[in-house]
This record gives sequence, C-alpha cells and structure tokens, in this order.
Amino acid sequence: MMLRLEGLSKTYKTGDTALGDVDLSVPKGQIVGLIGPSGAGKSTLIRCINRLVEPTKGKVMLGDVDLAALGKRELRRQRRRIGMIFQEYALVERLTVMENVLSGRLGYVSFWRSFLRRYPGADVQRAYRLLDRVGLIDHADKRADALSGGQRQRVGIARALAQDPELLLVDEPTASLDPKTSRQIMRLLTEICAERDLPAIVNIHDVPLAQQFVQRIVGLRAGRIVFDGSPDQLTQSVLTEIYGAEDWDAMRKDDEDQKSAETEQRARLEAIA
Amino acid sequence: MSEIDHYSQVWTHRTPKTRLMLWAFWAALVALFVWCWQVMTAGTIWAFVWDAPRQAADIGSRMFPPRLSYLPELMGPLWDTINIATLGTIGGVIMAVPVAFAAARNTSPSPAILRPVALFIIVASRSINSLIWALLLVAIIGPGLLAGIVAIALRSIGFVGKLLYEAIEETDRRQIEAIEATGASGAQTLSYGIVPQILPAFWGISVFRWDINIRESTILGLVGAGGIGLKLQASMNTLAWSQVTVILLLILGTVIVSEWVSAKVRQALI
Amino acid sequence: MEGSYPSTWRRPPQILTDRRVRIGLQVGIAIYLVLAIGTLEVDWARVATGMERGQRFVMGFLQPDFVSRWDDILRGLIESLTMTLTSTVLGVALSVPLGIGAARNLAPRPVYYVCRSIIAVSRSLQEIIIAIFLVAMFGFGPFAGFLTLAFATIGFLGKLLADDIEEIDARQAEAVRATGASWGQLVNYAVQPQVMPRLIGLSLYRLDINFRESAVIGIVGAGGIGATLNTAIDRYEYDSAGAILLIIIGVVMIAEYGSSYLRKFLQ
Repeated sequence: MMLRLEGLSKTYKTGDTALGDVDLSVPKGQIVGLIGPSGAGKSTLIRCINRLVEPTKGKVMLGDVDLAALGKRELRRQRRRIGMIFQEYALVERLTVMENVLSGRLGYVSFWRSFLRRYPGADVQRAYRLLDRVGLIDHADKRADALSGGQRQRVGIARALAQDPELLLVDEPTASLDPKTSRQIMRLLTEICAERDLPAIVNIHDVPLAQQFVQRIVGLRAGRIVFDGSPDQLTQSVLTEIYGAEDWDAMRKDDEDQKSAETEQRARLEAIA
Repeated sequence: MSEIDHYSQVWTHRTPKTRLMLWAFWAALVALFVWCWQVMTAGTIWAFVWDAPRQAADIGSRMFPPRLSYLPELMGPLWDTINIATLGTIGGVIMAVPVAFAAARNTSPSPAILRPVALFIIVASRSINSLIWALLLVAIIGPGLLAGIVAIALRSIGFVGKLLYEAIEETDRRQIEAIEATGASGAQTLSYGIVPQILPAFWGISVFRWDINIRESTILGLVGAGGIGLKLQASMNTLAWSQVTVILLLILGTVIVSEWVSAKVRQALI
Repeated sequence: MEGSYPSTWRRPPQILTDRRVRIGLQVGIAIYLVLAIGTLEVDWARVATGMERGQRFVMGFLQPDFVSRWDDILRGLIESLTMTLTSTVLGVALSVPLGIGAARNLAPRPVYYVCRSIIAVSRSLQEIIIAIFLVAMFGFGPFAGFLTLAFATIGFLGKLLADDIEEIDARQAEAVRATGASWGQLVNYAVQPQVMPRLIGLSLYRLDINFRESAVIGIVGAGGIGATLNTAIDRYEYDSAGAILLIIIGVVMIAEYGSSYLRKFLQ
C-alpha cells in the first residue's frame, strides 16, 4: 500500500466536523476518484494528506512514514513526495512557465539557488522534458497569465511531476475548464499515472467524467466514506445515498445535452468562418 | 384622471423620522461650526484681517517682475532637494518592507505582539508630517541634508508600509498554498509565492511616494533641513519677494516634471 | 534522451527587453547614487553629539510630559480642532460649486477654465507655502491657518468632485434631460445621487488630512498645535514634544477609525 489513512478526522475551530474517522488505502498505480456533494469534505481530505490543513487526529501513512506526526521541517521534506494539482491551476501568475515548473523543485534546492534561479542542470532538463511531455515546450518563457485555462492546468501538472512525486493529489482539476479540455486533462493525468505507476486521489464533482477515467470511486458524504467500489458499481441508489435524492438520469442527460450543444456550436462557428 | 383619485397626493422621499434626524444633524453641524468659529477667532485682530487686501497688493507688486538672474544660484539647492527626496525614498522603502510584512495578517511572524507594533509604527509615521520630522531631526542631528533625508525616510515608512501590507493581504492564497505544497521552505514560499504577486504594487507605490517626496522635500529647508527651501526661507527673511517668485516657479516646474516621470514609470510597470 | 534538452535556463527580462537600455539604466542609476551620496556633506561629529539628544527625545516620547505645558497644549489642540472643522466645512461648501463649475459635462467653457485654474493653483501650492503668504497678509494666528486649510480643501475636493461628475453615467443624465428638466433639476436628480456618497466620504477623509496639516502650518505662525510643538522643540522640552506628538497620533487614529465607521454607517 502506498497511502493508508487510518481514522483521519478533522474538526474545525467552529466545531464543524469536516472529516470523521476516514480509513482509506491506495495501492501503487491506482487512480481514486473522490466524489460527493460540496461541503462533504473532499477538499479537506486531500489537504489533510499533505497537511495544508492540519488533521485533528488519525494517521496518514505514506509508505512507512506517518505524515500526521511530523515536525515542520520533516513535513517539508516529505511534501516533496506528494505532488498536488489545484482547482483553477494556482500557478504563480506573474512568473514564467519555466519558473512555475521549476518551483516543483523548491524542496530539493537551497534558498539561494532558488532565489537566483540557478537550478542544477538536471532539474532544468527535467523541467524541459516535462514541458515537452505536456506539449508546452515552446511556451517556457511566457508568463503563466498569458496561457489559456487548459494550458495552465498542464503547467500545473508539470509542476507537480517536477517534484518526482510518489503520490498525486488532484483537487477539482477540471472545475474551471470546458468539457472538451476537461477530457483532455483527465486523459493526460491517467496516461501519466500509468507511465509512472503513480497513485492519485482526484477530487471531482463531475460524476460521468469520473466514471469515464478512474478505476475506483470513493463517495464521501458529511465527512464519511459511504461508497468504495468500481465505477460500474455506482448505481442510481448509491448516488442517491451520496448526494441525496436527485434525478441522476437528468444529470447524465444534461451531460449529453452539453456535448451535443458543443458540437452544434462548433458547427456554427465553422459555418461563420 | 378620475380613476387614480384614491391614491395619495402626498409623496415624500424619506420617512418623517429620518427627515427629522437629517434636520437635527444639519442644525447640530451649523451650531458646531458657529461655536468653533467663535472659539477660533477669539484672539483674531480684525484690523489685520481688513488690512489684508492692501498687504496682498503690496506683496503682489513686489513679487513682479521675478528676478530671473537668481535662477543659476538655485541649481545647487535644487540638486540637494532631488537627492533628499530620492535617497529618503530609498531609505524609507527599505525600512518599510519588513514593517509591511510584520503588519500583514498573512505573513506576520507574531500576530499578537509584532503586528500591533508594526501597525503603530505605520500610524505614527503617517500622522506626523515630514516637516515635523525634519523639525525634530534638525534639533537632534543638526541642520543639513541628512536631517532632510531621514525625515523623508521616516515619513515614507508609514505610507509605503500601509499600501504594501494591504497588497500583501490581498495576495491570492491559492498560489501561496501551491508553493507550500511542493515542500518549499518559508523563505522560498515568500520569494516564489508572495513576492511575484506584490512586486508590481511595490514599484508603483515606491515611485508614487518618490513623486510626493519631491514635493515635500522642497519645503524642508524652511526648518533648516537643506534643499531649495533654505533659499525660500532666506529670501523671505530679507523680504526679497521677487526671488520668492522665482523659487516658487522652479518648485512648480520640478513638481510637474516629477509627476510626469512617476506617471510614465507607473504606466511602464503595469 | 535526457541529454537532448538544454540544462540551463535564464529568466528572460520582463520589462526592459533591450539589453543596452537595461545596462545603460543600471549604470546611470549607479552613477547617480555615487554623485548624490558624494554631495552629501555630513558633519559626523555633530551627528554624534546629536545622538545623546536623540536618546533624550526617545525617552521623552516613552515618558511624555502632558502636565507642565498642559495649558499651552490644550490651547493649541483647541485651535487646531476648531480650525480643522471650520475650514473643512467652508472648504466643502465652496468646493461643491467649484467642482460643478470644473466639470466639462455641466459647465460652459469659460467657467470650466476659470474653475480648473483655481483648482490647479490650490493643488500645486503646498499648504505650508500658502500659509506663509496668508500669515504675511492676515497676521499670525489661527485665522490664517483656517484660510490656508480651506483653500487647500477647495483644490482637493474640487478636483475629485469634478472628475467624479465627469465620470457619471451619461445615460442617467440623458434620461433626466429627456423629461424636460432644467439645468438645476438635472444637477439635483442626475448628478447629486451619483456623487453624493463619495463626496461625504471624501469630506471625512479631508477632515482627517486637515487636522494633520493643522499641526504643520503652526510652524510658520498659522496657529494650532504645530505652534505649541515648535515652541517645545525650540526649548528642547522633548518630553512635552513627545506628549504633543502622541496627542496628534491619537487624534489621527480616532479620526481614521471614526471616519471609516461613519462611512460604513452612511452606506
């Protein structure tokens, strides 16, 4: 097992329980889709793993190390092993694409090296190779805010991979992208995980998209795991349990509607052009 | 028309209560004004006030024509004035940066102790005009350029510190979080997550303050802190009003040029 | 495979992309700094003896003496406060017609130019210089200070008000004009509601500035707490000076919190 959560809980100062006693194991190479209504604790769960949010109790075992028990300095060293990809990219907008990718190496280099942008040659090569992998090698010297949404998210992926991670945490990677780009990003993520035998936990609100790309789905409701199984086990009654009563066929239909609307629009644009 | 007869023909903008309060407010303001006026003018010698137009005409007639031959003598003091403003701004900005980081809620190393101290430094520096700082510094370290530079620097801390700490508090939390998640140290998070976000604001604020400082440093000489203000003081003491005109015109020109420069630089930065 | 990618990368320059311009600018700045610091004549012996006085001032600031000059301080403070209030009220009252007159979209051309020049004169002259002239004309005391601050307020508020009026939503003004409204009705119905909240906010802000300035113009004889401060420093009474400075800081803080509270309350 690469990652094992044992009895992970988070209670905020306000008294709200975001996570209650979560147990979860993720083996190497597996992509887990984390679904659930907003406020179910998906974001808190993955932030508790690299302790951007401090868990109240429980264990976070990454290999043999309990991340929840580490001091600050040791935590920073361990964070290098976990790559994170964010909703709305979270790139440093005013830095160049290259600097954003190189920032994935921050945990490995000294402050002065990073301050002067003098990274070791191997790091620079790695960054170029990753940019090539995500198809952005020609954009290395552009500023991050000059890129489109899909391009930015690919830079985000390259930054996470620059860490040479053993685990990927992915927080709503497609929330601000259009349906077509969303699929491209999800495909890229699954390919990369397969290439490197990387485990990943992906927060995702788009259930059909999750079913299409991940091997295992975990449903979260009010901070507790209420479903854990393969995508085809995700029946209407299970979805009702996770999200509460809702017409799921309508949502599937919405998705199809959106797809047909998209093709229609593309046809219209082509007609104009 | 008959069908709307049953609607009220009276319409007022405000409810009677708010109207009453509004009137009370205006009445109180007028009363306060009259009272303040009486207190303030208690010691005024009205004969001087009525004599003012004649004085004005007298000074006006002495101010013209301006004595332009005085201009070359002013170039040295003008250079000093620009140096006071520029070096003072640099010094002030250098001191303001740590204060701003200590005052910003999201970067303060100790919100309980250091943050209130930093906020007090900012308020204190902002409340006291650079001329008062200069007055104090001339008394302490003696007249000259140094007093002027330090005065400008001390006054700039508050201005730059306040605007900068607001910029730091407005940074995008997610970008910083992403840098933290890579395993970066505190200093690295600062240099990759926060500094790039505030850098444009930092340069903008600094140049803006430089522009204001040029303006303020022209008068510091009035209290002995060097620059063109010294000449102004000297000319007025000897009642050489035609020289005063030249000095004022030169100050005006300098201020316009510095405003133009600062606007250009800020444009280039954005 | 690894070898096919470059192993060095340099951040491309972001603002000055021309290498020669960049180097020229850097050299220019370096030369300026050397020259500027070179012309700085500092009498270090004098500074060293001053340090002892500086220490006394810091001590005076930490242990301020409010008592021994209390009568002077109180008189100065009352002068400053009354001066601030009266000058702000008069300044605001005068800046409204001036601001309307300086708005391109409301005033006829000749009026516009006259009003804009009054504003330009008021803004380009520093308070302290205006104060010097007004003291020479009206004699020493708070009356000259009152006039100075009122004049400065006119320039400050008149400019911002005029710019605000010029930026009002033209469609609203058009709609009111279309009803057949007169010029006065136009100002009352289309302009006033749009700029009123900001005028109130700016007036409160100016009240704060005027108090701060009232502490300065006393140095050239225009009354207020600045005169008291000047006397205290001249007499080397640093504990009294510290007390005065703390009072100024205190009043400014109260004014800032008060005005931000008031603005929230009014909106």
